Amino acid sequence: MRCIYMRFLGLVLLVLSFPALSQEMLIKDAKIYTMGAAGVLENTDIHIRGGKIIKLGKGLSIADDSLVIEAKGRVVSPGLFGGLGTVGLGEISLEASTVDQQLNLQQVRPEFFPGFAYNPASSLVAINRIEGVLYTVLSPSQSGSIIEGQGAVVLLDGKSTPANDRVLFISLGSAAMGDSGGSRAAQFMLLEQAFTEARRGGDANGHLRMLSHAGRAVLKQWGQKPVVFKLDRAADIRQALRFISKHKLNAAIAGAAEGWVVAAQLQAAGVPVLIDPLVNLPSSFDSLGARLENAALLEQAGVKVMFSAGGAHNMRKIRQGAGNAVANGMSYTAALAAITSVPAKFFGYNSGQIKTGEVANLVIWDGDPLEVTAAAYAVVINGKNTAMVSRQTLLRDRYLPRNNTMPRAYIHPGR
Amino acid sequence: MTIHKIPVLLAVLLISGWQSWQAQASEPFPSSYEALPSSKVLITGATILTGTGERLDNTDILMANGQIVALGKQLSAEGAQVVAADGRWVTPGLIDLHSHLGVYPSPGLKGHEDGNEMISPSTPGVWAEHSIWPQDPGFSRALAGGVTSLQILPGSANLFGGRGVTLKNVYANSYQAMKFPQAPQSLKMACGENPKRVYGGNKQAPMTRMGNVSGYRQAWAAAQEYQQSLDDYQASLAKGGEDAKKAKPPKRDLKMETLSAVLRGEIKVNMHCYRADEMLTILDLAAEFGYQITTFHHAVEAYKIADQLAAAGVCGALWADWWGFKAEAYDGIQENIAIVDRPVGSCAIVHSDSAEGIQRLNQEAAKAMFRGNRVGMEIPPERAIRWITSNPAKALGIEDRTGTLEPGKMADVVLWNQNPFSVYAHAEQVYIDGALVFDRSNPAIQPVSDFELGQLLQENN
Repeated sequence: MRCIYMRFLGLVLLVLSFPALSQEMLIKDAKIYTMGAAGVLENTDIHIRGGKIIKLGKGLSIADDSLVIEAKGRVVSPGLFGGLGTVGLGEISLEASTVDQQLNLQQVRPEFFPGFAYNPASSLVAINRIEGVLYTVLSPSQSGSIIEGQGAVVLLDGKSTPANDRVLFISLGSAAMGDSGGSRAAQFMLLEQAFTEARRGGDANGHLRMLSHAGRAVLKQWGQKPVVFKLDRAADIRQALRFISKHKLNAAIAGAAEGWVVAAQLQAAGVPVLIDPLVNLPSSFDSLGARLENAALLEQAGVKVMFSAGGAHNMRKIRQGAGNAVANGMSYTAALAAITSVPAKFFGYNSGQIKTGEVANLVIWDGDPLEVTAAAYAVVINGKNTAMVSRQTLLRDRYLPRNNTMPRAYIHPGR
Repeated sequence: MTIHKIPVLLAVLLISGWQSWQAQASEPFPSSYEALPSSKVLITGATILTGTGERLDNTDILMANGQIVALGKQLSAEGAQVVAADGRWVTPGLIDLHSHLGVYPSPGLKGHEDGNEMISPSTPGVWAEHSIWPQDPGFSRALAGGVTSLQILPGSANLFGGRGVTLKNVYANSYQAMKFPQAPQSLKMACGENPKRVYGGNKQAPMTRMGNVSGYRQAWAAAQEYQQSLDDYQASLAKGGEDAKKAKPPKRDLKMETLSAVLRGEIKVNMHCYRADEMLTILDLAAEFGYQITTFHHAVEAYKIADQLAAAGVCGALWADWWGFKAEAYDGIQENIAIVDRPVGSCAIVHSDSAEGIQRLNQEAAKAMFRGNRVGMEIPPERAIRWITSNPAKALGIEDRTGTLEPGKMADVVLWNQNPFSVYAHAEQVYIDGALVFDRSNPAIQPVSDFELGQLLQENN
């Protein structure tokens, strides 16, 4: 046990103790899942400088040997996308004082952006990062409004704040019926009203206004920024596709438990999906068609698939979901793309690929990244190795030793 | 019960004494489970994890008459249907110690919310089995994940939530026909935040953890009194003569029947408890009133007291990685199960508490095994499989009949397409009491609940 630990620790210390590393790094002998046209590169090196990948190739070298990470054939992938969620917006779900993603004004406020509350020091950030999850899209919710507000991509490096580019969230279907007067039909009525009001400036008398001035400005100027519609039922997806087409939105469908039923329509509309590959139960009358082959069938129909299981604390489970998608017929490449390059492109944070010129946000894996008996070996962000330490690993290291005479409070792992 | 049988029952009640009535009352709602038709099956050349801690490579397993007959090399069996495993893996049927299938079924309709009797913090008189909707589609999904037995528990809103029941994972028109024969009953209890939140929020006891403990103690004290009156009554009957004639049994009290059965050691205690300090409080509570905690459920802090749990002979039924949804779940770590498993005499269990998790107990166990190995514990698959087979069988009191692959045990068996400790593993065939009840390659041998029949017809046209 110790030797494995020491190896990890050694790697971390090695890297942290050389400031020059922020400038340069060489990952030797990796199996690189580029997620681009280059496919999988075996026994290949990655040269990083100034936070970016400057070269991929065999037999590369740098002057300072101490800046070399020997991957020894391990898999290197782009940093993973954990899905839509609330990492950094909530520490303990049932403790309202720690939770900021939910707005309860009972108004329609498209301008609501919980990203202002994002806490990069939240324990959830490191807990997910050390498992290879480097990106998420913060997701807002509102009671009293099917327009949930705005989210944004955030890099889970423990420093960054959410990206400036925003994502609009709209919830439809039975989960949102409490916010639309009890009818899912009213959801499209309310959406039309909001978008129309945004375009026309609202009722001159001010009586029937749904939105604030800021809210109207948000919808009016939304343009081609991403819009995520959350819904599951096939019939609702068809309605949403009509709305998306009419308003020429750059949209994705999240949830989409019955997405496979309307895969052809999604493909024709060029609308990607964000699905949880583990959803296979008719948990409501919106998802009677939920099945494990959803991801595979959507892929086969030519729909761009991304994975998202929501949540925050256990967002790291997303790669298990991806593995299950493969076990149920999806291609391995598409499953890995669903948590790297596809969301990177849709949400616009980078290419989600490993290629020259791209930012060096990478994960070195000690096995198959989609396997439950493998995990991240090292996490590189902006060309720097990061400490594989979280509040959970510290608790683990405090309680792993078997013999202790003083209370565990005197064991200070990580100091 | 059909109507014409009622006079017979009444007659029986009138002519027999309270004792025999009590004996009858102790077995109401009996299991009507019958093993499904099976044939003699020989699985050859398998990698077998027996559930006893052993791994047998390239080994055959023979099932007949619903039982496991033999494990060995080159077994031959006249008239047996032969399944060539060719190195594929065989394990005991998986067992989930903590499920709410049927009581919180899919779809999650208001009309189906039957898992928490939230009218009082103390409802030990209710039985989860009376809430089970046997048509829950979740049973079929769990079966596809290799689950052959499962315990259905009431929820955790109450200090005393009610009785749990162990089922065989077969579809039937009644839960009685799913009920694991002669499995001990259990009691669900809860520590911590849930009872506090549900009742304290309404300015009702318990509002605090000290209120929780006070609530348990008051109830156990009452149960002791009830038990005393039962004992006094029995003693009077035993004396005979005038004493026996005058003796009156205590008034039946369903709550007290459950609690006194715990004190007599007849009902196993499943205690929902997250924090280490609370679990130690509960162990003292159990010592005060002389009963045994069988299992702490969820127990995200069990790793902090793994040695004490093993010493007390208490199982820990745990998740691989859930944490943080409430304050008492804040200290979760991914090594919890492996650390709880580490002491001699330990009883680590991977449980689901989830209609999703129950479908992949093998993956949850794999994650826990991997996290242990990553910190140097050297847990092989033959050890980790116990977390989802023999250890939960032990916690249910059915380990003499299932949970391991040994001659004479129920033929509850899963054939996997590969090492089950992988995200890519599928249960290919599932046998319950020797009957093939799930076959991944044959849709005819895949159960479909009444609820799912005919859904999405329009979409499929």
